[in-house]
Amino acid sequence: MTTLDERLSAARAGGRRALVPYLMAGARPDWTRLLEAAVAGGADALEVGLPFSDPMMDGPVIQEAGLAALAAGTTLDSVCAELGALDLGVPLVAMTYCNVVYHYGLERAAGRLREAGVLGTILPDLALEEIDSWAAVCDAGDLATVLMVAPSTPPERVARVAARSRGFVYAAARMAVTGAADGLGDGVAVVERIRAVSPVPAYLGIGIASPEQARAAATAADGAIVGSALVRRVLDGASPEQVETFVRGLREAIDAP
Amino acid sequence: MSVMGAPDGRGRFGEFGGRFVPEALVPACLELESAFTEAWADPAFVAEFHQTLRLFGGRPTPVTPLARLSERLGLRVYAKREDLAHTGSHKINNVVGQALLTRRMGKGRVIAETGAGQHGVATATAAARLGLDCTVFMGEVDTRRQELNVFRMELLGAKVVPVTTGSRTLKDAVNEALREWVTCVADTHYCLGSVMGPHPFPWMVREFQRVIGDEARAQLEDLGVGVPDVVVACVGGGSNAAGVFAGFADTRARLVGVEAAGGSAIGHGAPGILHGMRSMLLQDEFGQIEEAQSISAGLDYPGIGPEHAHLAASGRAQYVEISDDEVLDGLTLLSETEGIIPALETAHAVAWVAGAAGNELAPGATVLLNLSGRGDKDVAQVRALMRGGG
Repeated sequence: MTTLDERLSAARAGGRRALVPYLMAGARPDWTRLLEAAVAGGADALEVGLPFSDPMMDGPVIQEAGLAALAAGTTLDSVCAELGALDLGVPLVAMTYCNVVYHYGLERAAGRLREAGVLGTILPDLALEEIDSWAAVCDAGDLATVLMVAPSTPPERVARVAARSRGFVYAAARMAVTGAADGLGDGVAVVERIRAVSPVPAYLGIGIASPEQARAAATAADGAIVGSALVRRVLDGASPEQVETFVRGLREAIDAP
Repeated sequence: MSVMGAPDGRGRFGEFGGRFVPEALVPACLELESAFTEAWADPAFVAEFHQTLRLFGGRPTPVTPLARLSERLGLRVYAKREDLAHTGSHKINNVVGQALLTRRMGKGRVIAETGAGQHGVATATAAARLGLDCTVFMGEVDTRRQELNVFRMELLGAKVVPVTTGSRTLKDAVNEALREWVTCVADTHYCLGSVMGPHPFPWMVREFQRVIGDEARAQLEDLGVGVPDVVVACVGGGSNAAGVFAGFADTRARLVGVEAAGGSAIGHGAPGILHGMRSMLLQDEFGQIEEAQSISAGLDYPGIGPEHAHLAASGRAQYVEISDDEVLDGLTLLSETEGIIPALETAHAVAWVAGAAGNELAPGATVLLNLSGRGDKDVAQVRALMRGGG
């Protein structure tokens, strides 16, 4: 199995702008079909949310999806069991909060996720200063630790965050929690700050909702992350075909000459 | 680290504390840490803090010998009267400190979370005093339980935002305040109400609250009591307890924190990460945070400040719990014997002292009870509970 770094670097070397949709595991019984639909629509990687009761970095849409997933009994084990049975053909990155993996046990959680085919993790409440123990476990297990750079991150700190990030750097386009918004916010400046200090791919997310925004984000950065706009459709009952169509719309916008 | 000294460089008290926040908030936490460290070492700031508490906050609050309660219980009980502080609880100490710090950092707005409404009212009060804009996040359930406090905050010029996510109580108000802070951190300070959250909040809030313990220690000396055998305080997040404990941590006094049985993070929790800190938390087998259940909105919190988790782990302080049923007995006991109606939160500590008298507390033991807040805000609820047979 290759690492997230290898997979994403290979894509970038090929000149491809990455599209990374986010879906909440367990938000609907057919959630794995939605992952497949997103891949069919042109996703280069998938961000898979593992629900947490108190998601401080998430806005109302992903909160709602998380609560639905928890109400359905979704756990790290149940997600890994279902993911392990899939062959999606794109890298998976799990996004959750510290307590989910700390409570499970760091080594055990890293092992379980890797075994299920997950290549990276995003723990938005795990800042650089606190990452050492989780990073050591992930490094040893070929699990990428994706870190976030925010508009508020000072340049000196951008360098340290980027150096510790694996796979890609999550560039936050604005000072906000997840949720649809207009434009790219501070995204271009954030990506420039990352580019100035690091060769690691930067994917722009937070408030990227439309095909136009996805194109702009994937042009400014190496890729675009689209979460709440997709999850909103899932919560509103979009079929797998409709999810595929939405993702394809993003893909085509990004790839348009 | 000395007992109740400064945390280590990463904001740890033993294995608890730290700074588990989104990257967007890290620079603000670092800025706050350095601003507080500088301010707290600046005699002019410290003088302004104490002067504001004196001229505006009603400090020093007295220590009152509780003669009739003592006779009833066979103890020597003294109350540190935070109920007499401006806005009716110890909360004013912390908000005055943070509001002054907000101004010193050049920010013009504060946001806060509140449970019972005490911290929200206190924040709105300090914001009005210093001319800061103020928005308070309050669980929707709590806005109904404490609707007069909502009106108080509005009278004070604050905006109150009902929080409709999750359990709609204090835990969710903190989540929403943190989410809001991400969007406005450049010009807004998050005036956190207890010794919790990411570093430096647990340390900073305890330092602003230690005036309780420092005053009480000197006052007990003046009364000829000296160091009491026991110092007892109720604990939700734990700011009044941390404040009073800080004055006695280096003595032989036994320190007792009283949690609500339905929110007992030490008694029933496990180590975990929530709201920016590693501490003891009520959570299920999958690490999902559980909702606390308490008669008092102020103790309705599934966690506890990290320093308390450390004091419990190290054995320096002891944490006990009191059920909702015992709370009303504590409230009526203090009201009838001493003419002081305590807040429901505070009544937990009263109830523990009453229950421990004669067994855990030897006859004649001296007890300092931190009377953290007055019960005016709870009177309607207490009446309803009593009429309902509760």
